[in-house]
Amino acid sequence: MAEQIIFVILAVLTIGSALAVVTNRNLFRSALALMVTFLGVAGFYVLLEAGFLAASQLLVYIGAISILIIFAIMMTRRMMQTSEASFNAQWGLGLFAAMVVLVILGFVIGNYWPLAPADMFLQTRTPVSDAVIENSVVELGKAIVSPNAFVLPFELASILLLAALIGSIVVAWPPQEENEA
Amino acid sequence: MEFLKSLVELTLFDYLRQVWGNAAWVEVVLDIIGVVVVSTFCLLVVVFLIWLERKVIARIQDRIGPNRVGGKYGLLQTVADVLKLLSKESFTPADADKPAYNAAPFLIVISALLMWAVLPFAPGVVGVDLNIGLFYILSVSSISVVSLLLAGWGSNNKYALLGAFRSVAQLVSYEVPMILSLVVPILLARSMSTQDIIGAQLVAPFMFVVPLSAIIFFISSLAETGRTPFDLLEAESEIVAGFHTEYSGMKFGMFFLAEFMSTLFMSGLFAVVYWGGWSLPILNMILSLFGVTPIDLSVIAFGRLIGLVVFFVKMFAVYFVYIWIRGTLPRVRVDQLLNFNWKFLVPLTLVLVLVVAVVDKLIPAEMGVLGRAAIHLMTNLLIGFGTIEVLRQSARRKRLLVEEVETAVSHHDDHGHGDHGHDDHGDHAMHGADVVAAH
Repeated sequence: MAEQIIFVILAVLTIGSALAVVTNRNLFRSALALMVTFLGVAGFYVLLEAGFLAASQLLVYIGAISILIIFAIMMTRRMMQTSEASFNAQWGLGLFAAMVVLVILGFVIGNYWPLAPADMFLQTRTPVSDAVIENSVVELGKAIVSPNAFVLPFELASILLLAALIGSIVVAWPPQEENEA
Repeated sequence: MEFLKSLVELTLFDYLRQVWGNAAWVEVVLDIIGVVVVSTFCLLVVVFLIWLERKVIARIQDRIGPNRVGGKYGLLQTVADVLKLLSKESFTPADADKPAYNAAPFLIVISALLMWAVLPFAPGVVGVDLNIGLFYILSVSSISVVSLLLAGWGSNNKYALLGAFRSVAQLVSYEVPMILSLVVPILLARSMSTQDIIGAQLVAPFMFVVPLSAIIFFISSLAETGRTPFDLLEAESEIVAGFHTEYSGMKFGMFFLAEFMSTLFMSGLFAVVYWGGWSLPILNMILSLFGVTPIDLSVIAFGRLIGLVVFFVKMFAVYFVYIWIRGTLPRVRVDQLLNFNWKFLVPLTLVLVLVVAVVDKLIPAEMGVLGRAAIHLMTNLLIGFGTIEVLRQSARRKRLLVEEVETAVSHHDDHGHGDHGHDDHGDHAMHGADVVAAH
């Protein structure tokens, strides 16, 4: 019962702040609301007893990505401006993409509906054994580098990140002529 | 006797569990008591820390420091200061972004408090023994960056915003070597849990196994807590007071509080990860050299009490070094700060992590704990001296380049205007540096 209540609170927090992200006219406040959304998702991970994922979510999304977004806003826009007109006319395209995602999600969830037998409604689920939780980080680490599991996607993601890193250095490198002068 | 022993063996919580039974609400109440006790300790110890810092800094600078309020040593000086801060008006600037401005001090204190949850004070005395302990600390501490941005942006002041920019650049950068240097003890202990890391150091503290990682962690923890020589976030002589320029009263006090709490926490973390926390690794090391089994504080009588004292001695010893550095070193420049991090600390730590991982894999299993420690120490010292040698070479190259240009410039000057060809050596050095920079 307690879990369901926490889930509803988290869901309201996540969706509410996500709505604030897209409706707020102040870009800085939108970015802050985005952080709350990320925090809500981290809360879901905690609820699912995936502590490592929750901590990663906090470290990567709130500690790094949101900060990066805020920096980009502060550096490029007039940051003390309290309200801003939208600067492109792609809301129709955005709406279309969002609708496609909604339809796909609805289709997937509908395929598995009902997610649990009706008599399990509002019941406490069977708790995950402590041994599994205790070992989860070790298992995750092994799975990432094991050839039978996820080593290929892991290495591909690493190469992608490396390419982005090199790309950013190339972009930020001062032009050679200016350097000579 | 049996009764006395049970008093020592039992914690207060075990006692309460016996009295109250095993109902579900008992655990909840015990959790709440634990949270209240730990947070109250953290908040109150700051009063002592501020007094200690002022007193030690005063002695370093050949002053007396606080000596009026509360007897001969001025022990109650900070209590008076706290009362003053509490009684001040809670003021919000008119053009501030009120939610952001008011949320920032609370967020920073929350993130500083949350970290204490996984710090082990004594055998078995830890808030929660998470299996991702160190990772939890890193992720929670990253929230403080958000509150600095909130404070800087919310107060609608250019100095505050500049301070926030600086602090975010600094904190986000120094998080990288901090995480990477913590990977080394995690590798050696095969666990991220703070208790397991102490368990892995019963014989050899990681300070003597991987000193390089310890030094890197210490430097980046100085930067993460924004202390001298990395106190650019609130450099008074440059940007008034940085991100908390517009704050006054207890809201300012909360930033101060969070800074001291996280500094003490970092000293505690350093003591846990590199000095063995509540265990007595140095004594154990000497004992095991003579073939005596190490003392395990978690099983002997009074072990918890001894462990608590040992941990506090270590924590405050490390804290003293923080104060000592503050009283000794000048502030670095912002470009030096970032260059030092990205061009020196990060590559060095990456090399260190790689080498430690490979060496640890190569050491045969029958080497024993001390043999392992010795091999790791050797590789660490090799990397350390190698780094110093590389630095020396590159410094010499730069110096030669500057000298070369300098002689060329001074020749040129002699021909050009002979009367003040030799006036100021420093001037020539400047010319030389300019020419080098132009090249």
